[in-house]
Amino acid sequence: MELYRLGVQELLDMMRRGEATASEVIRSVYARIDNVEDRIRAYVTLSREEAMKMADKADEDMKAGDVKPLSGIPIAIKDNMCTLGIRTTCSSKILRNFIPPYESTVTKRLLEGGYVLTGKTNLDEFAMGSSTENSGLQVTRNPWDTGRIPGGSSGGSAAAVAADECIAALGSDTGGSIRQPASLCGVVGMKPTYGRVSRYGLVAFASSLDQIGPITKNVTDCSLMLNAISGRDPLDSTSAPVETPDFSSFVGREIKGMRIGIPKEYFIEGMDPEVEAAVREAVRRMEGLGAAPVEVSLPHTGYAVAAYYILCTSEASSNLARYDGVKYGFRAGGKDLMDMYMRSRAEGFGPEVKLRIMLGTYALSSGYYDAYYKKAQQVRTLIKNDFERALTDVDILVTPTSPTAAFKLGEKTDDPLQMYLADIFTISVNLAGVPAVSIPCGFTSGNLPMGLQLIGRHFDEGTLLQAAYAYEQSTEWHKRKPAL
Amino acid sequence: MKVSIEHLSRLARLSLSDEEKTRFAANLDSILSYIDKLNELDTAGVEPTSHVISLATVVREDVPRESLSREEALLNAPDRTEKFYRVPKIIE
Repeated sequence: MELYRLGVQELLDMMRRGEATASEVIRSVYARIDNVEDRIRAYVTLSREEAMKMADKADEDMKAGDVKPLSGIPIAIKDNMCTLGIRTTCSSKILRNFIPPYESTVTKRLLEGGYVLTGKTNLDEFAMGSSTENSGLQVTRNPWDTGRIPGGSSGGSAAAVAADECIAALGSDTGGSIRQPASLCGVVGMKPTYGRVSRYGLVAFASSLDQIGPITKNVTDCSLMLNAISGRDPLDSTSAPVETPDFSSFVGREIKGMRIGIPKEYFIEGMDPEVEAAVREAVRRMEGLGAAPVEVSLPHTGYAVAAYYILCTSEASSNLARYDGVKYGFRAGGKDLMDMYMRSRAEGFGPEVKLRIMLGTYALSSGYYDAYYKKAQQVRTLIKNDFERALTDVDILVTPTSPTAAFKLGEKTDDPLQMYLADIFTISVNLAGVPAVSIPCGFTSGNLPMGLQLIGRHFDEGTLLQAAYAYEQSTEWHKRKPAL
Repeated sequence: MKVSIEHLSRLARLSLSDEEKTRFAANLDSILSYIDKLNELDTAGVEPTSHVISLATVVREDVPRESLSREEALLNAPDRTEKFYRVPKIIE
């Protein structure tokens, strides 16, 4: 077995037993990258030299008895998280040459955990999109079918994990951007509870919705990554002052008697019948493991996409006001200061980002604020209440992650609204702030992966991992690899 | 058309081409008609949610700590002098 094929836990075990070194692992991963990256294009920046040095350092530390939680594990980072001295582009022309003068908290924690950075992965520009086709730099392809999209916006991270171009990755999720690409690439992706993980150093898109989380090859690895990045951070005032449990302690617990809610609003027209069948079969499988399924209702589900696109664009229009061509980023020429602002932003941002800035500016503009922004915030309350009510009767909710498997490149690029509806099952979770994980639950007749979404209570990622692991171990889905 | 693209692009500090103005106007129209479905819901008396976890305003002791050096802060500037960011003329 090639080392690059393995997961975090397996490699940690091997390195601790002296059966592999960090240097051998990173060389194996880079050999894989050299072999497949021209077909996948998951990475915007490869940090090969730093990676080799970090691996050597991990080997020295381990030899000296200093074994850290992620010593020597090659991890890819979505290119909207700042890495000190390593280019961070957000896949945008406006940040194409930006070299962060500081380290994000998540990557700082991974550094303290002994990780090896493989490189920075592609995304929809500023994380705005569901296919990674909105990247201002390159198009990433789905490892299961290179004529299809990997999902988005963390498409580079999900594709890199699925193609074994890293051992694990970090993504960010504002409306489904970890879970949907994980689902479409056949890997595990978790959006933790809002506030569980620090957002310091994550380039802001919609601050009340954004959350960083792991993308991994299996559920055990998800728990290890979550252990490494969680916890209150004085540099992010929205990070929650809650204890971080040992998430790996939930892995392996049985799910007998666990009450799982099936929201009836998530089985809609327009959903691929193969996805519906796979999710229903997964529920039966969990029932076979002793869980008790019940139908529940989240009555405001149909309003989530509309509320989300007001809230996220409003926050984005404000957050992205900082790109003015003065302190960092792209600058165009202009006859005066205002002209320079307007041209720099017009030339630096891509079409989807401009559209969202326009929509957000409209929603926040004088005379429209109550009709749009406040209304959307009120609907957010109703959606949040739906989840709180449902999750008092059941322990977790089970839904599809995405209504379809991966679609073809170019299929939805002409119609922003159709692209937005690809996130119909993931968006509500961000509005409610609850945690959710996507895990593989089967393959279509065309051999494309499908994902199951488990949704939990605030700060109850443990129960999600418990259920996800129990289901995962009862299947073989996570062992399948794309033929590359 | 509900939206004045000209006015909006000015507010958003985006200088748009004619082609973009036409396309964005159509996109915004279709997205806003979809968003109109929010009006089916009676939200009278519903508290708006701006934050999902209830946090009081977080404060810390006002203790001086290290921050970026001037050189680090200027490192990514598209145009600078030795000590300052440089911008085009503001006042004629």
